[in-house]
Amino acid sequence: MVTSSTDDAIVAGVRSGDEAVFAQLLDDWSRSMLLLARTFVSTEASAEEVVQDTWLAVIRGIAQFEGRSSLRTWVYRILVNTAKKRGVRESRTVPWSSLADDDHGPTVDPALFRGADDQYPGGWRTFPLAWPSSEGTVLAGEVRAQVRAAIDALPDRQRLVITLRDVLGHTSGEVCEMLEISGPNQRVLLHRARAAVRTQLAPYLEQDPATGRVS
Amino acid sequence: MADLTCQEFVELVTDYLEGALDEDTVRRFEEHMDLCQGCETYLSQMKETASRLGEIPVESLSPETQATLLAAFRDFRR
Repeated sequence: MVTSSTDDAIVAGVRSGDEAVFAQLLDDWSRSMLLLARTFVSTEASAEEVVQDTWLAVIRGIAQFEGRSSLRTWVYRILVNTAKKRGVRESRTVPWSSLADDDHGPTVDPALFRGADDQYPGGWRTFPLAWPSSEGTVLAGEVRAQVRAAIDALPDRQRLVITLRDVLGHTSGEVCEMLEISGPNQRVLLHRARAAVRTQLAPYLEQDPATGRVS
Repeated sequence: MADLTCQEFVELVTDYLEGALDEDTVRRFEEHMDLCQGCETYLSQMKETASRLGEIPVESLSPETQATLLAAFRDFRR
């Protein structure tokens, strides 16, 4: 699939000057675009300018859009090119094509598992503690701040993938398309990011087995 | 094929949730999960982590930039 019927409707709307269609597109896509731009440039303000320049290029260029790629691919390609030009000036570059050093190795502390000479090598020394009270509740402000800190501490590409997937709710197909990465690489980045955030979140949601209380 | 260890299980969680494991590995993964409470807990916490992240607000463009772009869109059509 290259273009979808939704794509066609959006493109037609933007071309004919339908402001509601453009405003909706702006609202739907700008968050992800800012996140992606931010990995190429060094400040939030620069990222905002990159996204603004991208939308201006979209407004001027939509008449020439031929639908040989999806609308999203076309817009994100403009974004990446715009961001890269700026990123070179700000001497900030992120290698995207392959996985990096911090994308390998175990995602759970090996010390939590039994050693090779144990009767059950690779088994949990003690099971992870349950998160009993968290279901159906909204995260407390403090926990939410921890989650944010955990995401901010991730390497660039892991942060970007988990934010696009889990925070903004994009599908794996959309993320691969936006970032031009393979499905397997996308899963590696997502897995490492989720495991790191889970580890950070655990102490706040665990139930103390002795007291039965959540710490 | 040997049974999975817990340490192997935790590294397959995302591939499992994404439907990216082959049939045989899915079977070994689920067999392990049925027998191991620790890994069942780990899997459910990874799922919960993913769904919890949807609660985090993300900044969009500033109102000024949005207004600038909407104005540019209107002007371009004229």
